[in-house]
Amino acid sequence: MEFLQQLVNGVSLGSIYALIALGYTMVYGIVKLINFAHGDVFMVGAFIGFYSITILDLGFFPSLLISMVTCAILGVLIERIAYKPLRNATRIAALITAIGVSLLIEYGVIYVRGAQPEAYPGDLIPATSIDFLGVKVSSQSLMILGTSVVLMVLLQFIVHKTKIGKAMRAVSYDMDAARLMGINVNNTISATFAIGSALAGAAGVAFGMYYTKIEPLMGIIPGLKAFVAAVLGGIGIIPGAMVGGLLLGVIESLVSAAGFSLWRDGVAFVVLILILIFRPAGLFGKNVREKV
Amino acid sequence: MNMLKGAKGFWSSIVLAVVFGIVMQFLITGEIINFFYVNTLYFIGINIILAASLHLIIGITGQFSIGHAGFLAVGAYASAIITMKLELPFALGLVAGGVAAAIAGLIIGIPTLRLKGDYLAIATLGFGEIVRIVFLNIEYVGGASGMTVTQLTTWPWLFGSILLTLLVIRNFTNSTHGRACISVRENEIAADAMGINTTYYKVVAFAIGAFFAGVAGALYAHNFFIIQPTNFGFLKSFDILIFVVLGGLGSMSGAVLAAILLTIVSTFLQSYPELRMIIYSLVLIIMMLYRPQGIMGTRELTSFFKFGKSAKGGVNDGSKNTVA
Repeated sequence: MEFLQQLVNGVSLGSIYALIALGYTMVYGIVKLINFAHGDVFMVGAFIGFYSITILDLGFFPSLLISMVTCAILGVLIERIAYKPLRNATRIAALITAIGVSLLIEYGVIYVRGAQPEAYPGDLIPATSIDFLGVKVSSQSLMILGTSVVLMVLLQFIVHKTKIGKAMRAVSYDMDAARLMGINVNNTISATFAIGSALAGAAGVAFGMYYTKIEPLMGIIPGLKAFVAAVLGGIGIIPGAMVGGLLLGVIESLVSAAGFSLWRDGVAFVVLILILIFRPAGLFGKNVREKV
Repeated sequence: MNMLKGAKGFWSSIVLAVVFGIVMQFLITGEIINFFYVNTLYFIGINIILAASLHLIIGITGQFSIGHAGFLAVGAYASAIITMKLELPFALGLVAGGVAAAIAGLIIGIPTLRLKGDYLAIATLGFGEIVRIVFLNIEYVGGASGMTVTQLTTWPWLFGSILLTLLVIRNFTNSTHGRACISVRENEIAADAMGINTTYYKVVAFAIGAFFAGVAGALYAHNFFIIQPTNFGFLKSFDILIFVVLGGLGSMSGAVLAAILLTIVSTFLQSYPELRMIIYSLVLIIMMLYRPQGIMGTRELTSFFKFGKSAKGGVNDGSKNTVA
């Protein structure tokens, strides 16, 4: 039963990682950029959610929606201001800019509101737990899981059934060919950033509910772990990010359960290095040979 | 003839540097400059070593490593164990710090250097974090509360280390091996096709860079009274990265200049840590948008003194900005 309980915890945590990882993987799939600022968009989402709950006195779903919309706008702004001018620059220049944006958001938030952590209101969802086969599942975990599943289904729908989704797939396949076919590449990339950032915002609110503590530097570690999740599943592949996120969450919970909770943060990176060494394209990816 | 001229410039710059070192030693022992400035000077020195060592990895070999604080941490802890736990002399600690970091560089370099660009960056970042978490969980070195270290770093040790670092890295860059490393930076696949053992050169550059980062770590540890795992997080890695990027990827004097400049700036902004980071990040973004090659590009300081002379085909590859 202990094992099952940890599995349930791992799945709730993993669904948060998966939500963030989706944003990473979409952005990487389309512009081949590790968006380091993604973890900070997640942090901003958590704070927007917090302020809408405490100051505007809204419920869970309106706060989630506000957070997602604000993060989508933030994501598009970041892309337009910092990344777009560098689209043809070297990979290192783009990566350094992403690091710069990440630091700017972190310390901008600290500058505006201070570095002190904030306690998320816990009474938003009635704290009941359901006994399922002897495993306790709290209503919060269910809510987080439900939100994540709905958003992921929605994302699959957008990517596979709508026009913008088709454009996104085309641009990620071959940007120049897509442009020749009359696709507005800039708008498509902005849409990708908007959707990815909105998911990160939702993950931020979910994280706040789950851990009940948020702070301006909280985006770094979950952001990196989500990146690990994206690499684990094969970066650029949407189902891969979901599976990678869930898998990472479960691995982490099991490591904690095995009594190595202090080493928990290290496990994700060990997983990363192992996957990079043995299967660099990820679990779902195919190896592509680079030519001159 | 040209070679002779180059050698003359080389020896005269060493003599100049040694004279500078001796003058500084007199100023410090004579207490002409006060404690605050001496401390800043030490910081600048340590940062110069760090910047130069990362320059070799990123600027010369083109391997985007962003876990340099990990090597700093390995060096710091290894040397602190030597001097504090085993009570051996500081000189041994300095060497042990470098060797331990170089070994760490080999361990991380051999498997991960097969990766390219972004993947390598993220793998080295992960390595830096793993190092931090390992030190956090080892009780022998004090865990989260850290390890107390006596102050043993003195100006002669620091200055000697800086001189040695710059000399080794300069000479390495100008050697056959250095040229091989530059060819890896310019185009790895083409270099491979030309018969260069790219993995070997990447690992060598990585190990040398790690060695000097470890030496810097030893000096860093013995300049404070306490070292803690939190000192060696991402932010430290990014600090070092910024020196190299701002100075110009591929220019050692650029990295050194940036290290001096930014250490002075951050000393003055010490009471406003948030503002310091905001300025840092803005500088980084604006620099990448408008001058992605950094202050110096791939040029060295010495090339500015060669106006009118035959600078073509000289010590470095001119003002090309081709860092991958």
